[in-house]
Amino acid sequence: MSSTIETLKEHTTGEYKYGFMTAVDEETTPPGLDEEVIRRISARKEEPEWLTEWRLSAYRRWLSMEEPDWQKVTYPPIDYQAISYFAAPRQKERPKSLDDIDPEIRRTYEKLGIPIREQEILAGVAVDYVFDSVSVATTFKNKLAELGIIFCSISEAVRDHPDLVRKYLGSVVPPGDNFFAALNSAVFSDGSFVYVPKGVRCPMELSTYFRINAAGTGQFERTLIIADEGSYVSYLEGCTAPMRDENQLHAAVVELIALDDAEIKYSTVQNWYPGDKEGKGGIYNFVTKRGICRGRRSKISWTQVETGSAITWKYPSCILQGEDSVGEFYSVALTNNFQQADTGTKMIHIGRRTRSRIVAKGIAAGRSDSTYRGLVRIMPGATGARNHTQCDSLLIGDRCGAHTVPYIEVKNRSAKVEHEATTSKISEDQLFYCRSRGFSEEDAVALVVNGFCREVMEELPMEFAVEARKLLGISLEGSVG
Amino acid sequence: MLRIEGLRVAVEGKRILDGVDLEIAAGETHAVMGPNGSGKSTLAHVLAGREGYEVEDGRITFMGEDLLAMEPEERAAAGLFLAMQYPVEIPGVSNMYFLRQAINAVRKARGEPEIAAGAFMKMLREKAKLVGVPEELLRRDLNTDFSGGEKKRNEILQLAMLEPRLAILDETDSGLDIDALKAVAGAVNGLRTPERAFLVITHYQRLLEYIVPDRVHVMVRGRIRRSGGRELALELEQRGYEQFAAEAA
Repeated sequence: MSSTIETLKEHTTGEYKYGFMTAVDEETTPPGLDEEVIRRISARKEEPEWLTEWRLSAYRRWLSMEEPDWQKVTYPPIDYQAISYFAAPRQKERPKSLDDIDPEIRRTYEKLGIPIREQEILAGVAVDYVFDSVSVATTFKNKLAELGIIFCSISEAVRDHPDLVRKYLGSVVPPGDNFFAALNSAVFSDGSFVYVPKGVRCPMELSTYFRINAAGTGQFERTLIIADEGSYVSYLEGCTAPMRDENQLHAAVVELIALDDAEIKYSTVQNWYPGDKEGKGGIYNFVTKRGICRGRRSKISWTQVETGSAITWKYPSCILQGEDSVGEFYSVALTNNFQQADTGTKMIHIGRRTRSRIVAKGIAAGRSDSTYRGLVRIMPGATGARNHTQCDSLLIGDRCGAHTVPYIEVKNRSAKVEHEATTSKISEDQLFYCRSRGFSEEDAVALVVNGFCREVMEELPMEFAVEARKLLGISLEGSVG
Repeated sequence: MLRIEGLRVAVEGKRILDGVDLEIAAGETHAVMGPNGSGKSTLAHVLAGREGYEVEDGRITFMGEDLLAMEPEERAAAGLFLAMQYPVEIPGVSNMYFLRQAINAVRKARGEPEIAAGAFMKMLREKAKLVGVPEELLRRDLNTDFSGGEKKRNEILQLAMLEPRLAILDETDSGLDIDALKAVAGAVNGLRTPERAFLVITHYQRLLEYIVPDRVHVMVRGRIRRSGGRELALELEQRGYEQFAAEAA
């Protein structure tokens, strides 16, 4: 319970804790993007012909597309020819067992607090470790396989489960969906793949930990999760990157598919390097996440705690196709210094009696800017659909901004859509009250902020909730006084 | 324990305290009474270290230390507690969680180990019972949608849990009906020890029927105009503050 306070004390310098680099021999493609680079990535991964073609067609679509500019963020133009699209630690082949992993990479994950081991701390969590462009390890694979659950890197899935991948890849986020999704479809390198068979309740949390290490690269991972009829899975992702002066691009695509009576719970604690106090460096996090409740009574729940990245552009969404399906979005977006976040969700109600719930908490400190952007669309066939949206913003100091941009489109008269929004500031009274009880000013701010976010934090799995609380405290350092 | 000498304090250029002298020893209970706007609550806030007050002159020592040089949290760690007139709502933070974090913050500042979960719960149950705070209130968000009486009682629970050397009660009686007043006073009396001092700030003598002070001070226009024993409060009750106002003029 005291973790927030302890961690704040440990990090009084306000430095990004995960900003170290790993000295590992990496193979990196030269900067630049053309069909040849895509063919090379595909060949390097020994992909089947259909996937190479899929990538190339996405690339051709991308060439004709414009980078979006409607979001409330500003950044200098990105030179897509200056980015290296593939970086991987040099290894002859994928290690046969967890013991064969490069000790440097092993140490990296130790330092990040998620050792590559099937024991102790992470006993209840199976982890896929993605290092730059490749997955370097996946734990508990065999144990999960006994239940018929497939949990592996997407590269392995392409090789070992081609039918599933071919059937579902791009079925929720088509390659031409948007500029960054098209780019990802062309160059995606690795990511996680999950398939939970009919009627199976996954007994542990599945997790992917994304780490960007190499300089001058982008990370373009792809995650695909399929929950077959009546199954359940809870999936977590975490991410960090070294501190660098230049901006690095992270453009991921996540697709979730829930069939009849299936439930997917997807949680993110996003802590990419946010840049320094002057706004130099940091990750551009331009991500497309979408789930489809294809089956009746299916449910998809997104929970995100976003504290990192220089710029965040992401709208985890639910397409509620199956009758009586449910979509949920719980979000905390915290920005400090010069960070910018434009984030929210889309709930597309297609099926009858579909329901969605949105709880978005934005916290802005320093000179940062935080925007909630959300769409609730009720299609003509969505008789009896319901949505409830709650958007709260908390401002710390007087140089930051918080904005709420809701879009509501209702094409069925029986639908009920509710939207509530509040904006508040941390008051002097609250801070003094806490301090007079012994809290330092920073601890007082962290306490008030954690309280403000509680509804969302409660949606996170236990292990992550503790981490997320710490993270909020660390990210707010230097935001007062 | 506490010594205030020649304290002059202004708020936005306007002098509110105009030379306050006060000394409180361990185990004593002092009452500061006065009409609205006399500077009573300002005194309480300055003692707790609230920002926005300019100390123009004077000094305050607490346990031999220069109190004015300390941050509010350092004062809390040194054993000073202010039960507030208007306790603040903190949504999403449970009463119980707040208490435990506060105790640990103070302990940490004193170089003591954190309180164990079991010991904390045991202590909380005992003190809550003593103060008359129901279990249900412990689980609710701190002060959020509490009634006036619940807020005041919860302040006394914090007092009981944090075990300060000096507790300042700032108009704890305001907004309480007679039953709640008696209950709160009873709880405070249960916390009086030979080591602990109280400074009770109040407008009315009523509270002092239940929390019987050793000394009574009458504050008018930013200065203590008269000090005496318990009987001074009764005299005030009969004659009002007018005579002191006239003296001060």
